[in-house]
Amino acid sequence: MTKLTIVAHDGVPYEIDAEDGSTVMENAIRNAVPGIEAECGGACACATCHVYVDDAWTEKVGSPDVMEEDMLDFAYEVRPTSRLSCQIKVAPELDGLVVQVPERQS
Amino acid sequence: MSEMGGVTETDVVIIGAGPVGLFAVFELGLYDLKCHLIDILDRPGGQCAELYPEKPIYDIPGWPVISGQELTDKLMEQIQPFSPTFHFNRMITSLRKVDDGSFEVETDEQELFRAKVVVIAAGGGSFQPKRPPIPGIEDFEGKSVFYSVRRIEEFRDHDVLIVGGGDSALDWTLNLQPVAGSTTLVHRRPEFRAADDSVNKMRALEEKGALAFCQGQVSGLNGENGQLRSAIVKGPEGEQEIACTRMLPFFGLTMKLGPIAGWGLNLHENLIKVDTERFETNVPGIFAIGDINWYPGKLKLILSGFHEAALMTQAAKKLISPDERLVFQYTTSSTSLQKKLGVK
Repeated sequence: MTKLTIVAHDGVPYEIDAEDGSTVMENAIRNAVPGIEAECGGACACATCHVYVDDAWTEKVGSPDVMEEDMLDFAYEVRPTSRLSCQIKVAPELDGLVVQVPERQS
Repeated sequence: MSEMGGVTETDVVIIGAGPVGLFAVFELGLYDLKCHLIDILDRPGGQCAELYPEKPIYDIPGWPVISGQELTDKLMEQIQPFSPTFHFNRMITSLRKVDDGSFEVETDEQELFRAKVVVIAAGGGSFQPKRPPIPGIEDFEGKSVFYSVRRIEEFRDHDVLIVGGGDSALDWTLNLQPVAGSTTLVHRRPEFRAADDSVNKMRALEEKGALAFCQGQVSGLNGENGQLRSAIVKGPEGEQEIACTRMLPFFGLTMKLGPIAGWGLNLHENLIKVDTERFETNVPGIFAIGDINWYPGKLKLILSGFHEAALMTQAAKKLISPDERLVFQYTTSSTSLQKKLGVK
């Protein structure tokens, strides 16, 4: 299990014990974090599970691949720390990861 | 089936050509029912083709792994003996019951279908252009903000702002540039998803000063009474205001229930309520199968949609031919079914 904090747009943190290998999006949905829609169900095909990775974690989480970067074109208020949470896999080295839910999904 | 005076008569109109709509053609075909399928996309497959053509699906019985496109191709092959007619790039604008108990289905291409039975297999609804989340954009839609180009002339001499980085955005930038007063393309990054050739052409026009490219994201719109005056673009170097009188945002597609919501069908949280024997809506003769329907215990699985298609067919056949005795047969052993499938 890896500790994961998803901060909703209103500032409420959701602290989650996430299974390694699961995606951040799946954990957000399972724990009913508001603001993560995941319309396409995790196929990297919709950009409605957009999150901002906390500055301290951007390097460890890494940057989006080409397909995800393309999909981020459809997201709202994209920043350098933007990722699609369905493409972030939980792993022991991400223990303590913090991501923020944006104001809205596209 | 006959086509007279612009009216197409058929046994069944299926709304949606996704996997469940396609398999319904097979089940209905075994009972000699002819189908017309109408879909807003330009090809069969629905979400399988649009959202995840290359992604593996692991829960189709008998296929340990199959991609969305492969499944679509296989279903097309399977229903080929029943020669269904496809009508793509169309949205259904109205559905009404007429006096003789049949249904009239109208599309946004002004076509009229008359069907004995209607099967709604519309998945998550119709794919429609995504509205970018820019505050107040609704006020400009249809007046100076458009999600598609119907007539190029409507953009003549306008200051056109095109937003996006895919093929639609680049194609329209290149097509409208010769007629527009000015053309500006806005995209959040210097890389594009569009074909290299289009990007190169755009860059060449930019170098000549024939159009402008601006890196950034649109954060606000200015104008009055639906008429756009300018857009605020947030870029790496801060904010700028770009004068424009027409905007075309290309932000991909999203699924919406759309006109279905106005057809008088009982809904449950934007899904169509059906019974689990016939998969019929509250309007007799209108069925709903696949992801679009709801009943206690519903699972949004392709395989559930296939099951629903089989049971719906029994009810539809009895409705269309009430006096015919229905004999349940297996494709494995029935020579009459095998004849229909063209294997005997």
